[in-house]
Amino acid sequence: MLEVLPIASITRDVPITWFLGLGLAMFILGGIGVVTRRNPVIVFMCIELMLNAVNLTFLTFAAYGGSGINATPGGMAQAMNGQMMVIFVMAVAAAEVAVGLGIIMAIFRQKNDVDLDDMSTLRN
Amino acid sequence: MNANQLAFIALGGLAFLGALGVVLIPNPVRAALALVVNFFVLGLLYFVLGSQMMGISQIMVYAGAIMVLFLFVIMMLKLDKKAEEVAPGDAWRKRFTWLIGAVIGGAIFGGVMLPLASITTRVNPPQNFGTPQAVGWSLFTTYVWPFEVISVLLLVGIVGSIMLAKRRF
Amino acid sequence: MVYDWLKGLQDGAINPLGISGPFLLALLKVLLLIIPILTLVPGLIWWERRLLSWMQDRIGPNRTGTITFPDNFPLKALAGKKIRTFGLLQPIADGLKLFLKEDITPSHVDRKIYFIAPAIALFPAFALGGTLPWGPHTGIYGLLTPVANIEIGILYVLAISSLGAYGVVLAGYASNNKYSLMGGLRASAQLISYELGMAMAVAAVVMAAGSMKLTSLVEAQEAPLWGFVEGVQNWFIFTPYGLVAAVVFLIAMIAETNRAPFDLPEAENELIAGYHTEYSSMKFAVFFMGEYAAMFVFSGVFAVLFLGGYNMMPFQWDVLANQIPAMRGFFEFMASANYWLAPLTFIVKCAAGITFFIWLRATLPRLRYDQLMNLGWKTLLPVGVANFIVVGLWVVLTKIWGPVGGFVSLLVAMVFLAVLYLNFVSRTRAEAIGLQSRKIALVDPAPSQRRGITLVDPNKS
Repeated sequence: MLEVLPIASITRDVPITWFLGLGLAMFILGGIGVVTRRNPVIVFMCIELMLNAVNLTFLTFAAYGGSGINATPGGMAQAMNGQMMVIFVMAVAAAEVAVGLGIIMAIFRQKNDVDLDDMSTLRN
Repeated sequence: MNANQLAFIALGGLAFLGALGVVLIPNPVRAALALVVNFFVLGLLYFVLGSQMMGISQIMVYAGAIMVLFLFVIMMLKLDKKAEEVAPGDAWRKRFTWLIGAVIGGAIFGGVMLPLASITTRVNPPQNFGTPQAVGWSLFTTYVWPFEVISVLLLVGIVGSIMLAKRRF
Repeated sequence: MVYDWLKGLQDGAINPLGISGPFLLALLKVLLLIIPILTLVPGLIWWERRLLSWMQDRIGPNRTGTITFPDNFPLKALAGKKIRTFGLLQPIADGLKLFLKEDITPSHVDRKIYFIAPAIALFPAFALGGTLPWGPHTGIYGLLTPVANIEIGILYVLAISSLGAYGVVLAGYASNNKYSLMGGLRASAQLISYELGMAMAVAAVVMAAGSMKLTSLVEAQEAPLWGFVEGVQNWFIFTPYGLVAAVVFLIAMIAETNRAPFDLPEAENELIAGYHTEYSSMKFAVFFMGEYAAMFVFSGVFAVLFLGGYNMMPFQWDVLANQIPAMRGFFEFMASANYWLAPLTFIVKCAAGITFFIWLRATLPRLRYDQLMNLGWKTLLPVGVANFIVVGLWVVLTKIWGPVGGFVSLLVAMVFLAVLYLNFVSRTRAEAIGLQSRKIALVDPAPSQRRGITLVDPNKS
């Protein structure tokens, strides 16, 4: 079975909790990374990880769906909700990365070092 | 255990290992590599879930563009040379964080996800679910306003990053 | 007979080998894609060396293996004769050398990444062909190609080619050598920049064809030219917007494969050899092979997008046969030749693309880094976007005014945009002239322009 597996068979065989569990694990790991890591770029990567966990959850719900969605235009729009959210999350993530990495570069140019604990100029 | 479940275990396990690598590997370049693996495999998982357009966008946007940008910044700022120094009390803080993470994760899994386990199958999946046609159709009908707002957001992102790059501090 | 067997495989018949049919068919498809690439790589190296030495008017390693027999050779037939091999032994010698050389791993490298980097560099080059149709979609070829005929075929090509940066970047990083690192950095910046121009060029073609499937793109090129010239195929390179997209795509494609004049990641007189400085023997060979395979497959992508794919000549043979009944037999013969020679046509088109690559390498000097970035961001991207707008206009206007009106208005729009763009660019160029043409004065400046250097006697201070 090397053809792209039809979603009906996936949703029949794999329980939804597996996908959701993976998404949850990635989200929690990303959160832990944001708190424990001290390198700002890695903190950034952990945020990306959390966003992707959410994307996975959206697509899982889109594939498993509720009942009663059919191929009418209205039902179609409803079925595409999850994927639309993923598009928007991706666009936001791309904008965020561009600006965020720009900020990190700017801080590096000013201080010649990037350490999260040193970025406290605004305190007091 | 059938083929679908095995496919999920292989892909999902790889994605989980990648995510774990991002949090645990000290060297930023290797952490970024782990994240690339995670994103690539997530793209494949999206294919498995029937959203082929999202899967290929995931690989193109995240694995292909965003992570190259991350690697570029890490290598240019030489962030990998500096070892992460451990502050006193850091070990305890880390353990505490993991504990809290596990508790929250367990609580969400038990409280929110297990009740959803009864959802097993979609009743009547649309014919072209996840194809570019369906995505484009949705994007330009139901979601045309959010789409325009996102384009403005991206423009703001471009302007902002150029401002940050051009300005001399 | 072969057709029936393949059809049976597709329908899930169990074959003598005891493997399930679709699996065997998929394996066959992949092998039919990979094996030609692998076997053609040494041939490409030979062709490149020979062509380069012709173009540069020098004796390259293209006469290796010429055997001259002495006059007193015992075999009378061979005495005093020469046997030429046209340098065909050179790739074999190269291969042997690469195999037998000592495989050095420098002591200061990041070992794990150092070892996996060549593999990562090779992967996209081969995976790229996954959606490429090298034969018609009907009959026997339709069962064998492409490996996966998915709706998002061209996006797959873009996605996989964007993964090509990792091999280079990681090799540069793992070598732990500042020149290699610079090569890696350059490669990543270059790839991200040119990805955009390439995507815009592809988007224009996709919009004109109305599909992202590569087979549908080829089918769209089998339609009548410009929508109204019957008998000629609408290869996108013959359409005005397609020509612009083709030029943009071609430049972006050369930059993506890191070939001259865009070979800044491995610029030998600035960075020694860039990212593969620290690689030797087979690991170096793998990088080399990846580069050539990527060239080959990208030429194939170009052929599919702009040169009508596997079609031999831009004529609709069946339409011509109906229009000119007198030559019906000839046209029908050509149609069947077009069908059966499709893979050969495709390979010839790939070879033409590679010849173009080599021609460019022999002709153009390497770009400076700021020129590279300017070309990518200030020329290719705006041209691509403008072209995209033009295609959009064409699609709409064809719906309103029919093919002829659409085509005329398309030409008007293109001229208008070109005038606008040239005006804008010439103004920005004038502003940027300070950076564009720096010159170094090699003569002694006039006394008034000399920087004052006053010598101070250390004893008097």
